[in-house]
Amino acid sequence: MFGLEKKDTTLLILVAILTMAAPFILNPFPEGSGLAQFNAGYPDLMQRFVIFGIFAIGFNILFGLTGYLSFGHAAFLGVGSYSAVWMFKLLSMNIIPAIILSVIISGLFALVIGYVSLRRTGIYFSILTLAFAQMSFALAYSVLTPITNGETGLQLTLDDPRILGASATADGSIPVTNLFGLEMRSAFDLAVGPWTFTFSAGYYVCAVIMLLAFYLSIRIFRSPFGLMLRAIKSNQTRMNYTGLNPKPYTLAAFVISGMYAGLAGGLMASMDPLAGAERMQWTASGEVVLMTILGGAGTLIGPVLGAGAIKYMENIFSKINDNVLHGWFSFMPDGIENFMVAIVHPFVGKGWHLTLGIIFMLVVTFLPGGLVEGGQRVGKALRRNKDEDSKNASTEPAE
Amino acid sequence: MGILDVKDVGKRFGGLQALSDVNLSVKENTCHAIIGPNGAGKSTLLNCLVGKLIPDTGSVMFDGNSVLGRSPHEINQMGISRVFQTPEIFADLTVMENMMIPLFAKRDGAYRLHGIESVSSERELVSMAEQMLEDVNMLDKRHMHSASMSRGDKRRLEMAMCLVQNPKLLLLDEPTAGMARADTNNTIDLLKEIKEKRDITIAIIEHDMHVVFSLADRITVLAQGTPLVEDAPENIKGHPKVQEAYLGEAH
Ligand SMILES: Nc1ncnc2c1ncn2[C@@H]1O[C@H](COP(=O)(O)OP(=O)(O)OP(=O)(O)O)[C@@H](O)[C@H]1O
Ligand SMILES: [Mg+2]
Repeated sequence: MFGLEKKDTTLLILVAILTMAAPFILNPFPEGSGLAQFNAGYPDLMQRFVIFGIFAIGFNILFGLTGYLSFGHAAFLGVGSYSAVWMFKLLSMNIIPAIILSVIISGLFALVIGYVSLRRTGIYFSILTLAFAQMSFALAYSVLTPITNGETGLQLTLDDPRILGASATADGSIPVTNLFGLEMRSAFDLAVGPWTFTFSAGYYVCAVIMLLAFYLSIRIFRSPFGLMLRAIKSNQTRMNYTGLNPKPYTLAAFVISGMYAGLAGGLMASMDPLAGAERMQWTASGEVVLMTILGGAGTLIGPVLGAGAIKYMENIFSKINDNVLHGWFSFMPDGIENFMVAIVHPFVGKGWHLTLGIIFMLVVTFLPGGLVEGGQRVGKALRRNKDEDSKNASTEPAE
Repeated sequence: MGILDVKDVGKRFGGLQALSDVNLSVKENTCHAIIGPNGAGKSTLLNCLVGKLIPDTGSVMFDGNSVLGRSPHEINQMGISRVFQTPEIFADLTVMENMMIPLFAKRDGAYRLHGIESVSSERELVSMAEQMLEDVNMLDKRHMHSASMSRGDKRRLEMAMCLVQNPKLLLLDEPTAGMARADTNNTIDLLKEIKEKRDITIAIIEHDMHVVFSLADRITVLAQGTPLVEDAPENIKGHPKVQEAYLGEAH
């Protein structure tokens, strides 16, 4: 189906079901219960899951397939956001033109940066991309202020000269982003007993785009182009002597992944129309590297899992403060309670990075294939158990 | 004039004159062996033919065109495929994927952003790859990870990857080194068969004299970077200069 092999179709359908049902799946705990703080089913966070999923899917096309490690991909994300906000300011609050411009501009940007950076390989390539991204970051704060609005960040104002659409709504506020009239921030709540599920238009738009992006990445992985990219990672010498020029392939992968990043940036601005230079900072570039490796570089679904895991920790773990911890351990005697809180404290709240760091180290050391490899191992172990069970079951009657 | 003409080629590495005054002409549809003691410059000469090294002096003409200054992928597209002394394959990929890459290169050229049809939907190329694997007795290994194969299998795979491109000139750098006797004999048979069936010119570097005398129509003996003699195999065997070069170097 969809020009995919059966295994890939199954994966795509599974991902589609999970993303469509995310408002339920991510809200398993009833409101008001002690565990409700682990719910991630609110629009803002769900949007971040899928947007960073797109970012990581694109990054994986470059890093996972060709092995070229870019440390500057956040620059394309930032460029995408700025482009989108400018489109909102100048043209229309419809997100389609904004997203299209984000993808085009970040693609052009990636073409220039990629062309220069790909003259080197390995660590030098990484350093070049990092340098370009930091340069973009610094420029956004300084000489490019007319375009980026410097430290304040680029925002919508009441006197934007919007060609298609009004500068301000009738009641004098800034118009909101929409998809042909469907407002991105619109949402409706579904209350089922003690649960409340929120369905946000913005999330579903992002989710559908993520599914399209994911589908395209599967096609790329399975295509001759994808095979060439894997050949680049495997053995460039053999590739050269086989009559292939690795350069244009690598550049194409770089540009495609830059466009994915631009798409993510454009969507981010579509959900919340502002853009700041901090989106281009090297920490943001590093984050997508972590996501991809954590989930499993070079696998189809890994980057999405990695993005989800990191965004979940960033938003949920970071909210656990000492009060919450005291609540958890309140059943213990006072001394032990304080002791437990003191032990757990460094790993949660502002210390969530420590947890992330430890998990990352464990994964890289014991599961070089990331969370996907972890899943595969669990799956294999289960299957083996089942096989043994059925073998036992089938041999028993014979005895 | 042969299909490959090497004229007055010299190459220097620092203080070492690896090649000097190499003249060599390989006739179309023949098998030309280059033999010589270790360090004679055989691999260096091969590297000068495929764009890995650029000779300091002289010229290399293939099929009427100069190869000098062209990059390896351009030279391959001219019709020269090469097997390395240590196998160069795509170790992260499966055997079948290894076979598909040279086929795409042959059909689509050095670079083409293919559509997004899947690799497996290229039925014609897939069956060509399978046929070639069958010819080298590796069809049963087509789903194997090529990194996990024996050295002999890697060599056979590399050879299959070159042959499937149907090159005009096939360059082999010690293709049977590290192979078991049986595999060596299979390789000889395969190359003989290829020679008969196709219009192909082979230049082979080989230490195994059994292989050389089974295949070669013409032999050049290289010693210390210069061709010593070039003659038909039956004249090479007892040639005093050859004995001298080998005995003088190796023993
Ligand atoms: N890239 C290089 N830089 C410096 N010296 C080199 C280089 N390549 C080869 N040499 C030297 O040139 C000489 C010829 O080497 P070459 O590999 O061509 O020999 P060969 O005939 O292929 O030997 P073997 O039978 O061992 O493969 C050797 O002394 C080698 O050390
Ligand atoms: Mg050699």
